[in-house]
Amino acid sequence: MYGGGNVFEATKFDDVQVEDPVKLEEFEARIARGEKIEPTDWMPELYRKQLIRMIEQHAHSEIIGALPEGTWITRAPGFRRKMAQMAKVQDEVGHAQLLYSAAETLGKSREQMLTDLINGKSKYSNVFNYPAFTWADSNIISWLIDAGAIVNQMANAKGSYGPYSRALERICAEEAFHLKYGHDAVVHMATGTPKQREMIQAALNRWWPPIMTFFGPSDKMSTHTETLMRWKVKMASNDECRQQFLDMYVPKIWELGLTVPDPKLKKNMETGQWEYTEPDWDEFKRVINGDGPCNAERLAVRRTAEERGAWVRRALLNPKAKYVKPLA
Amino acid sequence: MNELAIKDLLYKLADDQLILGHRNSEWTGFGPILEEDIAFSSMAQDKIGHSLAFYTLLQELGEADPDTVAFTRNANQFHNSQLVELPNGEYDFSLIRHFLYDNAEIIRFEMLSQSSYEPIAKVATKLKGEVKYHVLHANTWIKNLGSSTEEAILRLQSSLNEALPYALGMFEKSKYEQELVDTGVYAGEEAVKAEWLKRISAVIEKTDLKLPDLATIEPKFGGRYGEHTEHLQPLLDEMAEVFKIDPTAEW
Repeated sequence: MYGGGNVFEATKFDDVQVEDPVKLEEFEARIARGEKIEPTDWMPELYRKQLIRMIEQHAHSEIIGALPEGTWITRAPGFRRKMAQMAKVQDEVGHAQLLYSAAETLGKSREQMLTDLINGKSKYSNVFNYPAFTWADSNIISWLIDAGAIVNQMANAKGSYGPYSRALERICAEEAFHLKYGHDAVVHMATGTPKQREMIQAALNRWWPPIMTFFGPSDKMSTHTETLMRWKVKMASNDECRQQFLDMYVPKIWELGLTVPDPKLKKNMETGQWEYTEPDWDEFKRVINGDGPCNAERLAVRRTAEERGAWVRRALLNPKAKYVKPLA
Repeated sequence: MNELAIKDLLYKLADDQLILGHRNSEWTGFGPILEEDIAFSSMAQDKIGHSLAFYTLLQELGEADPDTVAFTRNANQFHNSQLVELPNGEYDFSLIRHFLYDNAEIIRFEMLSQSSYEPIAKVATKLKGEVKYHVLHANTWIKNLGSSTEEAILRLQSSLNEALPYALGMFEKSKYEQELVDTGVYAGEEAVKAEWLKRISAVIEKTDLKLPDLATIEPKFGGRYGEHTEHLQPLLDEMAEVFKIDPTAEW
């Protein structure tokens, strides 16, 4: 999991500053040649700003995304699931650690990023503003939200910023396991007892609308992506990712005898494109701006964790502290 | 060898690891820094893996399968010490508990790796390498925070005082204690406790914390015989919430 650049708002292009044309040309030529941009290399301010925003929001998505699934660690049925659920959510927190480090190379500290998260200044993947009511919801997240994230992140791993792209490669390798875990758990539910089948179908029904918005608004509605595409910050359009996801996973969902709660969903064999009911983008906007079922709860949990842990961070920064290096 | 004595020992080891592993896992998403979130989750995975290894030995001795044993017993059938079932509290309490617990657990594992009862010796030999890292983690953080700010030192000291009676409860003797010692299964709880005291004192001495005189502390016994605080049953109910929807289902 969990996020990818595409779901996030882009920096306003009014912010474009006048850059040195020679340096800009050289920068764009490097990217066109497929070179990676490293932290100490020259880069346009807009590139830096957009990347910080993207990576930071991706990192936030990982720690906020750990909350709905984390709830189910202590409830996971049986040793096999309990161990896997713990390892999976731990990976997500580890991804946040990697991503915050990648964003820090661009000049913003982790503490500042976390402060902006708590203050509501920076966003995270909107799907985590929805609740995971049952164990089955957690399975759907592990399978399909992670699947969506992989589609997104595989694309972004080919992006131009070295630290982000390398972090994404590592993340994708772990996500591949999450996907297998999520799929395995959903298969057990879908082929299990009537109660299990009912639970997993209900969870899919609840999660389908958020999943359809996972890749962000339709391309018709997004603007100003051309420069970001040229700079290889944004690697695939929202609709391209959505189509790829539907292509890969709808057949797998149907294979399990589950129903996708969208009567209009079908693949148009002539165009090769999936047709579906347009997601409710007004709701998407409303939720991303704070008015979703779990926004307040997610941020409150994060804020509490930050406040309760503040004394530890103060102690670590204390010059009196004698750092003890582990010897083994 | 008395099988009941071995089972009693295995239940104690397994239940301690399962319940503390469960508590550690509750830190996921809530740690004071991401690195600690990840560390507690790692230890949780190790500990729950250890409990599974011991429950598997129990199954080989004729007990029910690990899932049934872990997810369907009531609190009064659990043999863990009360220390591990206490709520996480603030990070200072979780850290102190982790320090007091793992410094004892490593000694038990070291002794058991030499056990005359071969199945336990094998498992303990394999697992003690992991517990070593848990101890290293705990000792590093205690040394680090225990000599940092006044605030941190006060918090840790107060958690230490609070946790010690429960920590001493870990060494409650089994009714088969003498037999386990005599047959060379391990040296027994008194021996574990003596070594534990040496090791924790050596760490605490390097900090601004003070170890109270243990002779003045009344240990919280009972856990090994199924007597628990009010915190264990809710933990177990939560753990079994999904499993009990249908215990015969494959999840």
